[in-house]
Amino acid sequence: MSNHSIQKAESHSLMHDAKKRRILGDILSHLFLAVMAVIWLIPIVWVFAESFNKNTAPYTKTFFPTEFSLDNYIGLFTDKTVLDFPKMFMNTLIVACFVCVISVVFVLAVAYCMSRLRFRTRKTFMNVVLILGMFPGIMAVSAIYFILKAVGLTSEGLTTIALILVYSAGSGAGFYVMKGYMDTIPTSLDEAAMLDGCTRLQVFYKIIIPICKPMIVYQAIIGFLTPWLDFVMAKVICRTQSNYTVALGLWLMLQKEYIQNWYARFAAAAVVISIPIAILFIVMQRFYQESMSGSVKG
Amino acid sequence: MTTATLSPREMKRRRRMGADYVAPSPYSVRNALTKGDVFTKLSAVVFGLGNIVRKQYVKGVALLALEVAFIVFMITNGVNYLSKLPSLGTQKQGKQLVDGFWVYVQGDNSVVILLYGVCTIVACILFVYLWTISLKCAYKAECLTRQNGKAPSLRDDLRALTDEKAYQLLMFLPTLGILVFTVLPLIFMISMAFTSYDRNHLVLFDWVGFENFGKLFSTGNGTVSARLFIQVTIWTLVWAFFATFLNFFLGMFFAMVINRKTTRFKGFWRACFSMSIAVPQFVSLLVMHTMLQPTGAINRLLMQWGWIDQALPFFTNTTWARVTVIIINLWVGIPYTIMQITGILQNIPADLYEAAKLDGANWWQIFTQITMPYIIFVLTPYLITTFTGNVNNFNVIYLLSGGAPVPIGDSAGTTDLLITWLYKLTVDKNDYNLGAVIGIMTFIVLAVVSLITYRNSGSYKNEEAFR
Repeated sequence: MSNHSIQKAESHSLMHDAKKRRILGDILSHLFLAVMAVIWLIPIVWVFAESFNKNTAPYTKTFFPTEFSLDNYIGLFTDKTVLDFPKMFMNTLIVACFVCVISVVFVLAVAYCMSRLRFRTRKTFMNVVLILGMFPGIMAVSAIYFILKAVGLTSEGLTTIALILVYSAGSGAGFYVMKGYMDTIPTSLDEAAMLDGCTRLQVFYKIIIPICKPMIVYQAIIGFLTPWLDFVMAKVICRTQSNYTVALGLWLMLQKEYIQNWYARFAAAAVVISIPIAILFIVMQRFYQESMSGSVKG
Repeated sequence: MTTATLSPREMKRRRRMGADYVAPSPYSVRNALTKGDVFTKLSAVVFGLGNIVRKQYVKGVALLALEVAFIVFMITNGVNYLSKLPSLGTQKQGKQLVDGFWVYVQGDNSVVILLYGVCTIVACILFVYLWTISLKCAYKAECLTRQNGKAPSLRDDLRALTDEKAYQLLMFLPTLGILVFTVLPLIFMISMAFTSYDRNHLVLFDWVGFENFGKLFSTGNGTVSARLFIQVTIWTLVWAFFATFLNFFLGMFFAMVINRKTTRFKGFWRACFSMSIAVPQFVSLLVMHTMLQPTGAINRLLMQWGWIDQALPFFTNTTWARVTVIIINLWVGIPYTIMQITGILQNIPADLYEAAKLDGANWWQIFTQITMPYIIFVLTPYLITTFTGNVNNFNVIYLLSGGAPVPIGDSAGTTDLLITWLYKLTVDKNDYNLGAVIGIMTFIVLAVVSLITYRNSGSYKNEEAFR
């Protein structure tokens, strides 16, 4: 009898403890996340606030601006005499869309071949790509320019094509993460599909691609972001200002000749650029489905 | 093909690769030349002949057309390009007296000669590859005609491309892209390391052999020296180590805190951290750069609050600068890690967890026995690519610190990585040959580090562990 009650009390306190511990953990983790979120958001909030700053000079007395106006945005899109921002924006958007699609297709194709198909040059290809990846990319920049020049793609108007080629052509080499993901998909799915008469190509687009959605999202974001972020390659390829991408334009705004007048507009431009990227992000978030464990019924 | 006819080399390969082993095709060049009939053998000279005879017209004509195109190219330009390659051009730009008039003579441009020469060599290599394809195709057509009465038609070939040969279809364009925009420029740049293409020889230069490598390891006080090289290399490795592993472990910690069962507003937290990806890295780095200047917003704010008397030396003191770039890089990199690891956490088969819970495992055991091995398994290649990416992380260093602080008289600052040093040498100083040498050294450093780790990783040795 007494034995029984002690056991009951013990289990009760243990339950109590576990609950307490869980609540404590909850408080701590939410606190931690809140503090970190603030740290991550401050620079972004600052850029946003600065974009409405009436004072266009870079070094002001206070951390956050005190007077606000819309002049920076209006100036950014209407004042085309010094820097033609709308043109740069369109250039980059076009390049980014193409690069996004091409790089996703390339990466999926290569990753599927490496993960699922077995052919003689497979390991060789993987090792060669690994070795190529170890050469610093900057090293090839000027060489790529010489090659594009020899083909005639550096002339006015063709630089957009040149940029698309440069950003997407080598993207097949970045298949490793996607392949790692595909390696975790059970082969029994492929086998079942092949028994049902699918060709390997059908297995690829009917089975593997739908399962890989979360990773495709990741890859698409990476591909889309490349042209917005890169400025080394763009700087070498786009020699005239009418072909500039956004990254080059922003970089130009912070150079000594421009910074005094363009600092607040720089922030406005940063906000404008972030909008397509953020929209893309929200759309793609939907593909982040919970749990994948339902694909094979054991 | 039976095992008995495999050469010793093939047997070794088969033992080494295990289940991944793919037997060589019986339609090899050697078999084609020894066992093929007269048409197959003639295909070594007239590409596609064997195919045309066996009624594979499209294939045969395509091969023939490629051969003709190559020969025409070689006769019109290729031979000329190759002949100039050893000297890299000698004609100086200038004016000459012709019939009493001064005539401007266009000189040779060594860069162009080098580029065309390299392209021609690559074209020749591709031609040899085409030759093997021609022989193999002809022999295959011959064998299949003997076996089945007729060679596979174009439709059969196309159908094979969607099934057992799907890899040829899928890999063609990506491989071509890599070849033209990665391999070709690399060969071109590597060859520059052996020339005298520097700021004093911008138009005409010569082959100089290993002289540039000697400069890099000299003890003198030139643009590059052994002291600078060792200093930059060590900092590059330290930087890459911290940038990779701090990002990985902290990012994993963040992701797991967000993914806890009882954490509320998961989507909101994820969105908060993803916000910094939405702002281009480029912009946030430039903003941070201006904020951290001696007269920038942060120093001003701290002084206003009375916490410090003089500006913190974010980019003027070596240690400060190094710690600053690593911390700012955390800000940039952790959201990416969170995204990656969240995707992977969601992909861990739920039955593994259920089984573990039934067996009475606590969360620590679940973490070390299931979550960690799984993440490491999927992410080892990612970690290695991140490490190489960080060694080559141009943006963060160049835009944030620009290599500062730079000791007077040195060509590299104390936060300069090999890659930014390379950029400064090639773009700012026009010393292309030294830049190429540093590029090659970077490659060697990376190759040694990552080949060792990669070959020992679980996902390379055993690709199917988690299927």
